[in-house]
Amino acid sequence: MSFDAEFRNQQFKSVGSRPLRPDGIDKVTGRARYGADFNMPGQLVGRVLRSPHAHARIVRIDTSRAEAVKGVKAVVTAADLPDLTNGDAELLHILDNCMARTKALYDGHAVAAVAAIDAKAAREALKLIEIEYEVLPHVVDVDAAAQSDAPLIDETLFTGGVEPKPAKPSNVANRSEFGHGDVDAGFAQADVIVERSFRTEQAHQGYIEPHACVASCNPDGTADMWVCTQGHFVYRQICADLLGLEVSKLRVTSSEIGGGFGGKTHVWAEPVALALSRKAGRPVKLVMSRDEVFRASGPTSATSIDVKIGARKDGTITAAVAHLRYTNGPYPGMWAELGAMTSFACYDLENVKTVGYEVLVNRPKVAAYRAPSAPMAAFAVESAIDELAGKIGMDPVAFRIRNAAKEGTKSSYGPVYGPIGIGPTLEAAQSHPHMSAPLGPNQGRGMACGFWFNFGGQTCTDLNVNADGTVTLAVGTVDVGGSRASLSLIAAEELGIAYDDVKAVVADTATLGYNDMTDGSRGTFSSSMATISAARNAIDVMRHRAALTWDIPVEDVVWEDGHAKARGENYGNLAPLSVKDIAAESGKTGGPIAGHSELVADGAGVSFATHICDVEVDPETGATRIIRYTVIQDAGKAVHPSYVEGQYQGGAAQGIGWALNEEYIYGEDGRLQNPGFLDYRIPVCSDLPMIDTQILEIPNPNHPYGVRGVGETSIVPPLAAIGNAISNAVGVRMSHIPMSPPRIRAALDGGAGS
Amino acid sequence: MASVSVSTTLNTDEVEFLCQADETLLDVLRNRLGLMGAKEGCGTGDCGACSVIMDGRVVCSCLVLGAEAQGKTIETIEGMAQGSELHPLQKKFIEHAALQCGVCTPGFLMAAKALLDANPSPTEEEIRFWLAGNLCRCTGYDKIVRAVADAAAEMRGEAS
Amino acid sequence: MRYERPETIGDATALLASAKGRAFVLAGGTDLLVRMKSDAFEADMVVDIKAVAGMSDISETADGFEIGAAVPCAALGEHAGLVAAWPGVVEAANLIGSTQIQGRCTMSGNLCNASPAADSVPALVAAGARVRIAGPDGTRIVPVEDVPQAPGKTTLKKGEFIAAILLPKPAQRSGDAYLRFTPRTEMDIAVVGVGVQLALDAKGVVETARVALGAVGPKVVLAEQAADTIIGTALDDAALEALAEACSAASNPIDDKRGTAAFRKHVAGVLARRAAKIAYERAGGK
Ligand SMILES: Cc1cc2nc3c(=O)[nH]c(=O)nc-3n(C[C@H](O)[C@H](O)[C@H](O)COP(=O)(O)OP(=O)(O)OC[C@H]3O[C@@H](n4cnc5c(N)ncnc54)[C@H](O)[C@@H]3O)c2cc1C
Ligand code: FES
Ligand code: FES
Repeated sequence: MSFDAEFRNQQFKSVGSRPLRPDGIDKVTGRARYGADFNMPGQLVGRVLRSPHAHARIVRIDTSRAEAVKGVKAVVTAADLPDLTNGDAELLHILDNCMARTKALYDGHAVAAVAAIDAKAAREALKLIEIEYEVLPHVVDVDAAAQSDAPLIDETLFTGGVEPKPAKPSNVANRSEFGHGDVDAGFAQADVIVERSFRTEQAHQGYIEPHACVASCNPDGTADMWVCTQGHFVYRQICADLLGLEVSKLRVTSSEIGGGFGGKTHVWAEPVALALSRKAGRPVKLVMSRDEVFRASGPTSATSIDVKIGARKDGTITAAVAHLRYTNGPYPGMWAELGAMTSFACYDLENVKTVGYEVLVNRPKVAAYRAPSAPMAAFAVESAIDELAGKIGMDPVAFRIRNAAKEGTKSSYGPVYGPIGIGPTLEAAQSHPHMSAPLGPNQGRGMACGFWFNFGGQTCTDLNVNADGTVTLAVGTVDVGGSRASLSLIAAEELGIAYDDVKAVVADTATLGYNDMTDGSRGTFSSSMATISAARNAIDVMRHRAALTWDIPVEDVVWEDGHAKARGENYGNLAPLSVKDIAAESGKTGGPIAGHSELVADGAGVSFATHICDVEVDPETGATRIIRYTVIQDAGKAVHPSYVEGQYQGGAAQGIGWALNEEYIYGEDGRLQNPGFLDYRIPVCSDLPMIDTQILEIPNPNHPYGVRGVGETSIVPPLAAIGNAISNAVGVRMSHIPMSPPRIRAALDGGAGS
Repeated sequence: MASVSVSTTLNTDEVEFLCQADETLLDVLRNRLGLMGAKEGCGTGDCGACSVIMDGRVVCSCLVLGAEAQGKTIETIEGMAQGSELHPLQKKFIEHAALQCGVCTPGFLMAAKALLDANPSPTEEEIRFWLAGNLCRCTGYDKIVRAVADAAAEMRGEAS
Repeated sequence: MRYERPETIGDATALLASAKGRAFVLAGGTDLLVRMKSDAFEADMVVDIKAVAGMSDISETADGFEIGAAVPCAALGEHAGLVAAWPGVVEAANLIGSTQIQGRCTMSGNLCNASPAADSVPALVAAGARVRIAGPDGTRIVPVEDVPQAPGKTTLKKGEFIAAILLPKPAQRSGDAYLRFTPRTEMDIAVVGVGVQLALDAKGVVETARVALGAVGPKVVLAEQAADTIIGTALDDAALEALAEACSAASNPIDDKRGTAAFRKHVAGVLARRAAKIAYERAGGK
């Protein structure tokens, strides 16, 4: 059925209100079931053995002693996960990451796994697996890895995206370029040019729930999996492909998910759990330890970025260039490319060029982390912009307003913008009381902007009207932060019924059509579109039922305020029928009432934010405290404002942690030194102030209610906003994230942003 | 390995269980007693997701041996509501949207309950420092702190 | 592994002395259980000392305070007499971990874990605290600084354990303070820690002083030369500067995941200056 997604301005009844979330009570009483909270009868304990080496050839694996341990039911290695990828390089990399095939490529890379009747037997068996490694030279630093004499991670890899094809293999997997105009001509017109290099260290999403699954390969050839994931349909596809199962035979149920932020969009140990179960003939529960989460699952890239921006004295940027090198872990991705696309997306530039380099290193495979790749690029660009404004003698907000992208701007990565929120967020910042509040000694203020694309994608939704008139909404996008509440509001709005009459559930892969991941901030955007579409389809059915009941042509039945109404003078005495009325009679009028929707949600509106931050720096120790923080972001339409605020605050807090203290620290031996929450320092409650939010609503023209994604952009500006604030407080430009106390002290001593 | 026999008071019930000498209280709760409300976010005392109250003090159940529960009184999230009547903290957490993914929530509620039991009128700073052992990666803590302050006000009988 | 919960000191030492393989004392468990998580950890027995008579008491004696080895750090902050007498020691102990950790962790465990970054140790050393060690051959009393030997290693012999920490009665016009540096406000391990204790004469001149540094060497450093820089002064700026320099000089740290050596040396001086000022004020100096 065709679906009209165009935005229509309307007075909302449900959307925009703040009802209690449907899963709230389960979550405050401990009843909600997450990845590790599920058991199957007869289940075994799965454990993974991981390489202690950053780079090593696997010469020999002997599992016989482990297999002999009492209670051990299966031991698997790469040999138990044969390559069925059929030349699909990307899939082969996923497989290799799940279980190293010929080389261990990072500290923590899986090399074998066991399933045993209890944790003790599993632990003993792990110790008895004998592996002979040939340790190879390794490289973890992004710039070192890009050098031509660096140890090669993949000897068969030649840099893509360059002409002519290089003759020598390299750790630089790909080069990508974006932009338009003539940057050399642009710099020639500039009165002032800022050129600077920046570095950011690798950060982890830091979700509190470790990866966990229970997998069961059954004797009849079917398989079941319970797993915490941001996309059970995608997990099903990948696991089925890797294990040679038919997609329909693998049923995946997504548990409640204890945070993901992109890290649960990639499979990690799930195929291994299935392989163990297949070999043991029993269900296997596999839960990662925190140490494994840090060493072997999804951090973001470490980067090294060079930026050059020129402007005229009047404040017009004449040219901008960025070269961005991003670590990918041991397999090629498109992380630098995303960085290159987002770098200058906030600005209206005549001459702009960005070049991204994907760099392989002996670190865990990079995974998406909330607006992946954008925060680092924004740190470099927004720091340089700030410095440039200072050199010209312009207020940093006014300078940005002068150069901000607007409707009709050709973005630095290609597309021409529709209505967008960068200008409005900047203007809101300019007039925000935070911007003019007085500052004390050793304090500094900074601001910065951020951009994220937002994605739509494939979505499928079922809406069932029950006989009592309540509605069950089955969606296939995992609820990572209150989307069941938001989608219930949308269904209530469209149908004209009470929020409490809608119950949203996340359906498993056997009961609903395919859905993409909950990533790219798409959860509410795309599922709301599908929900509206499904509701409209259900309304059509209900109009037909009303027509049948009244015995009038369906064209004469309209839907208003949650009721079927007969239109026309002849029908004056027909009382409108509510959803409840129609549902009560459904058995007699044609059976159950439902609306379905399958669509590709296009046109997820791009989103922009501006953050303002005050810091206080202790110049003697380099310690930084965030004393005030304000997030201003365009939501398109805030469906459930509390959860929109929550996304803004959560993203800002993650950005603050990254800016100040979070980083992967590797030793000389290439081993991760801080794989735990004590030394990988995410912000604790006493580290943060309240985080003020201001929601702007510039409707997305491609969504019926104007919704844009809201989940990701909030992590983009903080690195730069805090960098600018610290630079203002201490008088030295900071160019290395995280701006930890030793780095600030060193910058103060050396006068350089170390 | 010899099993240890333990009797303890759990959410006002007398409970007996057998466990291994090196098994944590968290594992006992989750794997032997079927109480899955306490979560394992780290297993090493760093995240607070496994918080329970033992003899009046909030502790990480991942850093307590099951055997140590002998003769103790233990409160878990499952015992916080009185039947279907939620504790004010539980209500305020939902009302203030103080949870997103919710995996940290049981731990926060346990810690916050211990705080309000000890200090009915905590300042924002006291709330923040008391809860510093509970990590939340989703919310930025803002709404959690507000929920706790508001629950405290309600429990003191002040209108919110 | 066996779990034992003796009720007397004699039973505890007997168990520890007779253990065949590796035996561990269990106090709050906030270090021990973390180590037990590691696949490499092996133990044959843990001896939980929390049921041993007297281990959970804080008593005020003629000589000062006796703190049982199993007293959780949270209880120290709830003891008004102890807080009044030794605020620096209590603050240091209360900095350990989180609320949850506080409910379990002990100063004895902090000491016997023998981490160079242990928070309560520099404060105890500055305070001149001693420990009573119980063993198969009876008890002995030694200064706190003699317990740790190297990271993870103590001077305790097989069968011995710490039964109590003994704090003297504070001298007249004396005060103590402990400050540490951590990147986060809480839940962090000290990058540097400094404990200072000093006593003044009637005119406000420092008569005696003890300065102890944490996380700047393999074990706690009793910085006697640094203490000398402030003895005989009214803690004027020059004295504070000299103290800071001496503390930096006494530091011999390493670069590691928690901080660089240069940073640690510098911050040791900064914190010493700040801690000395607090101790001075607490001693009644102006
Ligand atoms: C999340 C977290 C945060 C932490 N933060 C800090 C911090 O900020 N500062 C800090 O200093 N430490 C910190 N620690 C470490 C730990 O909490 C402290 O060292 C604590 O004081 C240890 O005390 P315990 O009673 O728990 O020791 P236990 O774990 O019971 O014992 C520690 C060691 O000492 C031995 N031992 C214990 N008692 C005795 C005794 N009476 N006689 C002989 N040997 C004994 C044990 O066998 C063991 O080897 C932290 C730990 C965690 C998990
Ligand atoms: S699981 Fe116990 S503190 Fe993290
Ligand atoms: S709500 Fe997700 S960790 Fe707190």
